[in-house]
Amino acid sequence: MAAAITRRVLPGFGLSLGFTLAYLSLIVLVPLAAVFVKTATLSFSEFWAIVSTPRVVATYRLSFGASLLAAAINVVFGVLLAWSLVRYSFPGKKLIDALVDLPFALPTAVAGISLTALYAKNGWLGQYLEPLGIKVAFTPLGVLVALVFIGLPFVVRTVQPVLEDLDVEFEEAAASLGATRWQTVYRVVIPTLLPAILTGFALAFARAVGEYGSVIFIAGNLPMVSEITPLIIITKLEQYDYVGATAVAAVMLVASFILLLLINALQAWTRRSARRIT
Amino acid sequence: MAGVALAVPGPQRARARYETNPAIRESGAVRILILTISLLFFATFLLLPLIAVFVEALRRGWAVYVAALVEPDALSAIRLTLLTAAVAVPLNLIFGLAAAWAIAKFEFRGKQFLTTLIDLPFSVSPVIAGLIYVLVFGAQGWFGPWLSEHGIKIIFAVPGIILATIFVTFPFVARELIPLMQAQGTEEEEAALTLGASGWQMFWRVTLPNIKWALLYGVILCNARAMGEFGAVSVVSGHIRGLTNTMPLHVEILYNEYQFAAAFAVASLLALLALVTLALKTYIEWQVTRQTSRREGEHP
Amino acid sequence: MSIAVRNIRKKFGTFTALDDVSLDFPTGELIALLGPSGCGKTTLLRIIAGLEWPDAGRVLLDGQDASHRHVRERQVGFVFQHYALFRHLTVFENVAFGLRVKRRAERPSEAAIRKRVHELLDLVQLGWLADRYPAQLSGGQRQRIALARALAVEPKVLLLDEPFGALDAKVRKELRRWLRRLHEELHITSIFVTHDQDEALEVADRIVLMNKGRVEQEGATNEVYERPATAFAYSFLGAVNQLPGSVQGQGIKVGDDLIPANTNSLALGDAAIAFARPYELKISTDSTSTTGLAARVNRVLLNGAIARIELVGETVLNGSGRPPELEVELTREELAQLELSVGQRVRLVSQSLRAFPYAAGQ
Repeated sequence: MAAAITRRVLPGFGLSLGFTLAYLSLIVLVPLAAVFVKTATLSFSEFWAIVSTPRVVATYRLSFGASLLAAAINVVFGVLLAWSLVRYSFPGKKLIDALVDLPFALPTAVAGISLTALYAKNGWLGQYLEPLGIKVAFTPLGVLVALVFIGLPFVVRTVQPVLEDLDVEFEEAAASLGATRWQTVYRVVIPTLLPAILTGFALAFARAVGEYGSVIFIAGNLPMVSEITPLIIITKLEQYDYVGATAVAAVMLVASFILLLLINALQAWTRRSARRIT
Repeated sequence: MAGVALAVPGPQRARARYETNPAIRESGAVRILILTISLLFFATFLLLPLIAVFVEALRRGWAVYVAALVEPDALSAIRLTLLTAAVAVPLNLIFGLAAAWAIAKFEFRGKQFLTTLIDLPFSVSPVIAGLIYVLVFGAQGWFGPWLSEHGIKIIFAVPGIILATIFVTFPFVARELIPLMQAQGTEEEEAALTLGASGWQMFWRVTLPNIKWALLYGVILCNARAMGEFGAVSVVSGHIRGLTNTMPLHVEILYNEYQFAAAFAVASLLALLALVTLALKTYIEWQVTRQTSRREGEHP
Repeated sequence: MSIAVRNIRKKFGTFTALDDVSLDFPTGELIALLGPSGCGKTTLLRIIAGLEWPDAGRVLLDGQDASHRHVRERQVGFVFQHYALFRHLTVFENVAFGLRVKRRAERPSEAAIRKRVHELLDLVQLGWLADRYPAQLSGGQRQRIALARALAVEPKVLLLDEPFGALDAKVRKELRRWLRRLHEELHITSIFVTHDQDEALEVADRIVLMNKGRVEQEGATNEVYERPATAFAYSFLGAVNQLPGSVQGQGIKVGDDLIPANTNSLALGDAAIAFARPYELKISTDSTSTTGLAARVNRVLLNGAIARIELVGETVLNGSGRPPELEVELTREELAQLELSVGQRVRLVSQSLRAFPYAAGQ
């Protein structure tokens, strides 16, 4: 870091950056590197054998599939909820606005047992769904429900501020040019919100892929059916299969890094398009 | 992963701005449809689970509820949870201040990359957050043999729980402070220096008052996650009752033993914590809006 | 206190902000650092204050080398472009800040602080705003509070970065006069940075004109205006007609026209540019004349005592292939005598044209 050599007028640069780098390395970087170092002790064929067994592949399918679906559901309902919170006034709005962040604040284990109780055979919702032939608890559908729960605030909280900052003049202009309300929303509002919607989608998806606590109670955790990838890591760990656990973790980490880069790019796009508008 | 920057809630002029504006309002039926769908969704997916926690907790009466909370294992889980937060939150607070100071107030190469690295723990599965410390400090890990030789236990012990908690709550304070301090720039600090302030005087009298709400906001979110973390802690805890069980882990054990009322009783404490967190968060947002509008309100 | 800088150099990455700058700022004067944005003027001001360290060179305060003195010990009052008022403190506490952070031994008593702050607020005529927060003030009020805050620590010099930059035109005009009066009252050596030539001409005793990290010209204000030393100085200060061409005989050939000019330092055939302020050009309606620049009247604007004539040259410039656009100022009487009409062909002449070397792309 060449610039660190020049003198600076504000104090504390060396100290703060030094501490930041040391703490970051000790807590995050070195331990994360352990995953790849440990994985590197495997030959590629050994590694591939571990991460491509049918049981592990089934967990990828469930974790990534359910996460995609949950994020998509959250996009639809999250945008509607953000729309209601910004555009309409109704009783209890402030309370609801505050409670949208509940999944951020509620410990995942609490969410997990509560959702299970709701959707179990005799639960508040389960008792009506079960006669219709819809089984939620202890099935992949339960995984989806939990992932929708934890992902909702990501979409609402990325779309809401952009919608708030959106100048009504754009819509007034569209209306004055003869557009119907639906055309205005479809051609003016949605394209403007698109970067934020995609960012919210990606954030919800990334969180859902790694989620553990809220899922394991409701999932039933049947191998090949309702087992998620984080759980298989734990299962392997409990069987003292450290290498196996680490190999699967490496696959997940790489997926997370790719998602992180994607999210960074999306957020930069959101900021750029926000600047363009104002 | 409360990844939402401290946002000043939008003006409460929604009604005048949107609903009576003929150019941009939806027809009554559409509005009612949107409201109904979004509120029903909210009620089913967020409100019901919250209410269910308290109802289930009290299903067998207050006596069972209270008994579940004062039982020794529950108390020790509460103590461990408080201890974990008491160590993890201040450490991440100091880190957040240091990182935000370096990143927001100075120019150096690799700054953007460093900011991304700080966010990294948010995109790592909690299970992996636990796993990495097992790989480093566990019996089979890098330092495992050395640690056991010296009789130090990190994994399946309190230090491991604290480390894993620090990892998952790592970015909370930093990511609240960095954008705010970047937006505030360096002019006020420079002004303090030209007026003769020392480095500490500058920090205490100018920097800190300017970031106090964002700092508090970050601390509250950091604390909520620290007390509620499940996955990461579960990997490194070893689930030893009365010793290495935090509250969320205690909930799991009770639940798996079919002691549902007790499990929900402990869970209801955590749910209360979540509600207090949300209330404080809303209060801070309200404070920030109020201050901004009060200070700007009397503009001549 | 006098200020001097010697051989200051400063680079930001590959961008050279200051290239070997040496200057003297005499005690008690109000000096403008003038130049286009990116010319290095703010960097120089910040180096004098100690907010930026130069790569090379020295800063002398009262003849003593202060290059290694921290901003805290330089006793400079600095007024920031966006004022940098502490947003969480009231106006009173902002002004009191410099007194409160003094070491205990030097710190005035609470009563003395109150007295001093109120004196300063009275000086800037804003005593009634003491309990307000910065966000509740108008731009002009913030500017004056920032000044009062800087004065509270009794600085030896006052440095102001674009002091009027963020204000609207009317407030700017008022504040300029006010700053001038305040300087006459206090007589602290003051340097202010501006990109606005009118501001510099109106307020400063002396002007330092900067361009691309170098000093183009320095001197007393009217001297710099009346006798610009370089082509840049001419084009930057005041409205000016630019006539690019080449040296020929006793003048400069602009397109097809030959205009008499002082070409002392230039050789025959050199690319050159001549400058004429609007009031320096005279209009000749003599249709038989062949000297001066042929032009056609495009518009006549009569505004008060002065008339502005916009003209388009009859010839085309070598570089752009377009005719020059020109502006001439006349008194109302002169205009009446000339009886100009739109579309009329005239010749423009000047007694005092000076030609400077001209580099393509300038």
